Amino acid sequence: MWHGLTGDLGDAVGEVCKRFNESQKDYEIVCTSQGSYDNALQNAIAAYRAKKNPTIVQIFDAGTLDLLLSEAYVPARKLMEDNGYKINWDDYIPAISNYYADSKGVLNSFPFNSSTAMFYWNKDAFGKIGKTEAPKTWDEVFDSLKALKSAGYECPMAWNYDTWPIMEQSSAINNLPIATKGNGYQGLDAEFIVNKTKFVDIIKSLKKAYDDGLVKIKTPDTGATIVQAFSNADCQVMLSSIADHGTVGKTQKPDMKWDVAMLPTLAGVERKNSLVGGASLWTLQGKTAEEYKGAAAFFNFIAKPESALFWSTRTGYIPVTKSGFDYMKAQGFYDKAPYKGRELAIASLNASPVTELTRGIRLGGFVQIRKEMRDALTDIFANKASVEDGINSAVERSNAVLRKFEKTYAGKMLP
Amino acid sequence: MEKRATFSKMSVGVMFILPQVLLVFTFFYWPTGAALYWAFTLERPWGGGNEWVGFDNFRQVFADRAYWGSIFRSLIFASATATLSMSIGLLLAIACDRSLKGYQMFRTVFVWPYAVVAPAAALAFRFIFAPEAGIFSMIVKAYPEFWNPAQNGYHAMTMIIICYSWKYAAYCFIFFLAALQAIPRSVIEAAALDGAGVLRRVRDIQLPLITPTFFFMLVISITDSFQDSFGIVDVMTDGGPAKATELLVYKIYFDGFRGLDYSGAAAQSIVLMLIMMVLTFFQFRYIERRVHYS
Repeated sequence: MWHGLTGDLGDAVGEVCKRFNESQKDYEIVCTSQGSYDNALQNAIAAYRAKKNPTIVQIFDAGTLDLLLSEAYVPARKLMEDNGYKINWDDYIPAISNYYADSKGVLNSFPFNSSTAMFYWNKDAFGKIGKTEAPKTWDEVFDSLKALKSAGYECPMAWNYDTWPIMEQSSAINNLPIATKGNGYQGLDAEFIVNKTKFVDIIKSLKKAYDDGLVKIKTPDTGATIVQAFSNADCQVMLSSIADHGTVGKTQKPDMKWDVAMLPTLAGVERKNSLVGGASLWTLQGKTAEEYKGAAAFFNFIAKPESALFWSTRTGYIPVTKSGFDYMKAQGFYDKAPYKGRELAIASLNASPVTELTRGIRLGGFVQIRKEMRDALTDIFANKASVEDGINSAVERSNAVLRKFEKTYAGKMLP
Repeated sequence: MEKRATFSKMSVGVMFILPQVLLVFTFFYWPTGAALYWAFTLERPWGGGNEWVGFDNFRQVFADRAYWGSIFRSLIFASATATLSMSIGLLLAIACDRSLKGYQMFRTVFVWPYAVVAPAAALAFRFIFAPEAGIFSMIVKAYPEFWNPAQNGYHAMTMIIICYSWKYAAYCFIFFLAALQAIPRSVIEAAALDGAGVLRRVRDIQLPLITPTFFFMLVISITDSFQDSFGIVDVMTDGGPAKATELLVYKIYFDGFRGLDYSGAAAQSIVLMLIMMVLTFFQFRYIERRVHYS
């Protein structure tokens, strides 16, 4: 198996593989890190073209569609059925499984390291402004940021132009479309339309907050990432993945009190489920029946609640099945620090039944689209473009990407 | 009897050139051929079909404002880094050639930056230039508007130019020093006896005599700046802020490997190859005329 995680997370994958190898005698899995999600994807493509691919490869969320439209994979359900495993497919948390399923809801890959975006807040700082709960709406967020600023905090909120929490997750929980055709689920001719939704308003208020000194940009080029700025208590709020929960806990300033909450909604909006992020495990074509048997055994192993507990304890990722979550709850995993708060990620994913706009995003060239939007946001915050102009031009360029993608896969239907 | 190394059989000669031909074929003609093919088709990343689209990919590339921006930025980058690294390299080489105090040590030390791989150099420079954490943060504390490469595109561009030139100046230094030392001492001594000062000797004797090296360095540094800049851009800026440092080679990497638009990236790399050929042609056509090979 090839994966894209490195450092501590990469070691954690290695331990999962080791546990599998020790749990049985018939198969041995070799897990190799490719250095990053991008590299795992590029190398898997190169290897597949040369017919030297691994049996399993970990592909990140934005790489899902290209693989889905290819003939390079063995669908997850088919693999398990062929090898005689009975899996309760309804056990998967719907917001997670829908992202990796075909139009009929049948899983194509196995959700592995899953996360969602959360609102991180510094309890000490919020205590100073008389708040004991995290803000629930954007209005409350901005009010709190103002109060924090008045209370003398230099950096109330850290932000890094990342589109994942602010555009993708935020649109989902407010039930706003990102693209037509059910965010692309109903066809490759979908159009990107974030310039026509309330996403524009969110960016406008964020920009205003930035102008008022309530939001500070934190990227590696400025010297600290948002996670670092939040962990050392320089900044009091950030939007980031639940997967950073562990990192913040390990690197935080001693005695700092902090917590996570669900992302804020717009005022008067009923909260919908957030989207899953992270990556899933795909089985590639061109291997022997014996190798597929081993792969199926591995998937069966990681789907066990005990594996979920191990994985989520070791990393910040969340369990992907209801039984895994229930098992972890029963074990008291979520009752105390440092894991307390992570159950909110599941609550966020389960906030509502999955709607047409919250099951996921199926847009081609999504890595480029994210970049276009990020570039536009950078321009907007550097006062080089107005909020509308910036977003409009990013949408226009993104649609060109989508049309090219549609043409590349002319005649292909979404499975 | 005439002594000449000739091969009686054709096959022996062929065997001698075979490894080289194989290398060039595997690492140049084959990939270039594949890129050329992809540039005229729409290639699906996981295989399974590609459709002939003629010049569509090229049309798209040239219709893209961002692409022209990236050509423009690459040219700025090429001329700025060539000027900066060659002048620094030349200056240091002249100083070392004059055997100033401690020159033996400097001769070794100045070469080191070239041995540092680009991403490592970039990482160090990213820290130096980081407005909130690095050495520059001290200046930024006093004058907040002075430096912010994370938001100001010009600052970011300056940053990668400095980093690249630092590394490349070392390369220029080696070549210039070698060229300077190849000048016969007698010529310089004669000039000195005639009463020519240091600067005069540099201007009238040394510089004219090293023009071939100068020209060679110019061609090499411009071509290299189109390709070698990748590691630095990737580590320091990711092409940002808002495409301000997106050079041609980085755009190819991003569109192709990250965005999986293989055909668009293939078309871009063909264009890049043509740009480099044209640039080199012009340099040979117009600048080489003024070079005197002794």
